[in-house]
Amino acid sequence: MELNGGQALIRALEMEGTEVMFGLPGGAILPVYDPVLDSTIRHILVRHEQGAGHMAEGYAHATGRPGVAMVTSGPGATNIVTPLADAYMDSVPMVCITGQVPRPAIGTDAFQECDITGITQSVTKHNFLVTSADDIPMVIRQAFHIATTGRPGPVLVDIPKDIVDPTNPASATGWDWPSDDEVARSLPGYRPATSGDPEAVERAAALILAAERPVLYVGGGILKARAAEALHELAELTDIHVVTTLMARGAFPDDHRLCLGMPGMHGNYTAVTALQRSDLLIALGARFDDRVTGKVAGFAPEAKVIHVDIDAAELGKVRRPDVPIHGDCRLIVEDLVAAVRRRQAAGAVTPDRRPWRSTISGWQERYPLAYEEPQEGDQLKPQMVLEHLRDSVPEDTILASGVGQHQMWASQYWRFRHPYTWVNSGGLGTMGFSVPAAIGAKVGRPDRMVWAVDGDGCFQMTAQELVTASAERIPVKVAILNNAYLGMVRQWQEMFYEERYSEVYLSPDLPDYVKWAESMGCVGIRAESPEEIQPAIDKANEIDDRPVVVEFRTDSREKVYPMVPSGKSNDDIQVPPFQAGGGVGTGEGGN
Amino acid sequence: MPTRTSGTRRDAGPGHEVRHHVLSVLVENRSGVLARVANLFSRRGYNIVSLAVAPTEDEQFSRITIVVDVESSPLEQIVKQLDKLVNVVDISELDPRHSVERELLLASITAPADRRGQVVELVQIFEGRILAVTHDELTVSLEGHPTKVDDFEEMLRPFGILEIQRTGRVALPRLDHLGAAAVPDAS
Repeated sequence: MELNGGQALIRALEMEGTEVMFGLPGGAILPVYDPVLDSTIRHILVRHEQGAGHMAEGYAHATGRPGVAMVTSGPGATNIVTPLADAYMDSVPMVCITGQVPRPAIGTDAFQECDITGITQSVTKHNFLVTSADDIPMVIRQAFHIATTGRPGPVLVDIPKDIVDPTNPASATGWDWPSDDEVARSLPGYRPATSGDPEAVERAAALILAAERPVLYVGGGILKARAAEALHELAELTDIHVVTTLMARGAFPDDHRLCLGMPGMHGNYTAVTALQRSDLLIALGARFDDRVTGKVAGFAPEAKVIHVDIDAAELGKVRRPDVPIHGDCRLIVEDLVAAVRRRQAAGAVTPDRRPWRSTISGWQERYPLAYEEPQEGDQLKPQMVLEHLRDSVPEDTILASGVGQHQMWASQYWRFRHPYTWVNSGGLGTMGFSVPAAIGAKVGRPDRMVWAVDGDGCFQMTAQELVTASAERIPVKVAILNNAYLGMVRQWQEMFYEERYSEVYLSPDLPDYVKWAESMGCVGIRAESPEEIQPAIDKANEIDDRPVVVEFRTDSREKVYPMVPSGKSNDDIQVPPFQAGGGVGTGEGGN
Repeated sequence: MPTRTSGTRRDAGPGHEVRHHVLSVLVENRSGVLARVANLFSRRGYNIVSLAVAPTEDEQFSRITIVVDVESSPLEQIVKQLDKLVNVVDISELDPRHSVERELLLASITAPADRRGQVVELVQIFEGRILAVTHDELTVSLEGHPTKVDDFEEMLRPFGILEIQRTGRVALPRLDHLGAAAVPDAS
């Protein structure tokens, strides 16, 4: 079969099962856009390439399938660097196609030329510059294979215009769809790990049964490995408490008796302190991020560590594990379940963990997540808005968030009950993530209600994608917690810079969020007083034919608690001032 | 006297020894791969002391010999990160005690007629070669173990080195270490 490179590219994407792609055309990618008209793939035309990237990420987060984005050369490509970096940090499977100037023009500083494979080398799992139309099917197969196996991540494929342009003879190609075997053989240096070392699994099982204060420290890798069910089984079998990191929210139900919630800089007191006092951390697909460990030297000082990860480079990167297990989290957790069962059947005795459980219950009772009741005339408490929202939506609602205070409150106050219901930017911390990510999630899961919780600062970075959502009839809902500040920066300036508020004030009224929403084809709603919260949410929930933006005017003085200040040990966790009475709070430790 | 380690003699003063590691990295022989490898080192703040690259017997692959000055713990991390590069096929750390190492040096030396004899004698002692001669200059070459090349460079220095180029070391595991019959090593 004779076709041109552009047709081959689109055909290859179809063959890989691509249902939807997010993109924006331009000069160098024009020839690839022509066959899009004849394709079964739904193309969603974004308003800015960053939106395409985050939509592809949101789609991948919600569905587990790779997100696909396509943009042109030069500025189109550089505009998608942030989403690539974001996807790389959070291990999101994504394939990004970029146009490139024709091969003879590469290196001549041609119009809209940039070295995007060079630029993205350190923010992609891998990238390709395709130099022949004949290579396109193989490179696309390789790209999807690399993006979705092992530790998932973004892969960029840069396509020079002349190999896809039907007016250029160099674009003529046959069609040869490589087999799985040929793909594997074409990547001699790529061997993603699968099952773990059985001997290490046995040692881990022995440690698990012998521990007095074990904690399952669960990271985003559990979700990437589709291992939530296996985790559930392991936790219940061993009766061990679970903390779910920011990237793992939803991997274990928040309403489960063994769930302690989120650890870390803004984790709840019990989750942070349980890790800190543990004698055995069972780290599953977690990477001992600085936002979780606090000062590494002071992190969980008495704990032995079992560390399961598909990326060997994570094992021992931050904390040297006693039992490293390299491989797929789901397979290894299943092996652990089997090993623990065998040992239990053989009469293995577990130490009495009742004291540990009652210690944990004591922390939970004494330091629940809490905020001060608003006084008459106060602006809305953001936590209260989130509680109302949480209690007004179906339990399988997908929640996306931007980055900052609202993200932390959303993670803290939501009750996640299902995996893949939380879409956020954890590693890179990309402001502006939520609106496009929510759109991508809704495209992937049109059956689910999708809410974005956003800050006013974040919203202003990518709000234009609501035009995309309106035009494409993607009915996402956005809750803006408008405190008129870059709230998290304000919080740090208040706490660590003597209340010197430098360049953080944004104004509550500029822009007018309701008018802005309406101008983008959305329904705009504003809630300023506590009585308006519920009706605004109810109204938003009733609308299913267009996007909705609800602006909540929130209290800028509100801070995220608990907090482990940057660089401090988790022992120095600060609880909200009203909980800190009686010598409790700073340096309180495990009493 | 500190132990002399090739290529870093200048930064390794007394009590200031830098630990070196030699990595032999088998990579796919395609454009951009060297940049990926080099990038990984610079991004993590590791200094490459020397680097040599050439295709192997199988043209599909190249072998990169990298000398890097890191402590052993970050080395483990960099090896793991290198291994994550899709184009990197195999990595081995070569223990100098169990590998053969060679380096090539080219140098142009000031050698007026009255001192030429001394330079020539030195080259002969080291079993080097004289590649070019003018009235008052010589270009010499030496192939050998990197410490021998270090010594040669040191001995040449008083004559006045006009230009010098070293290749960086290349290395392979020593055959006896792999269980084959022992082969005498000139180094």
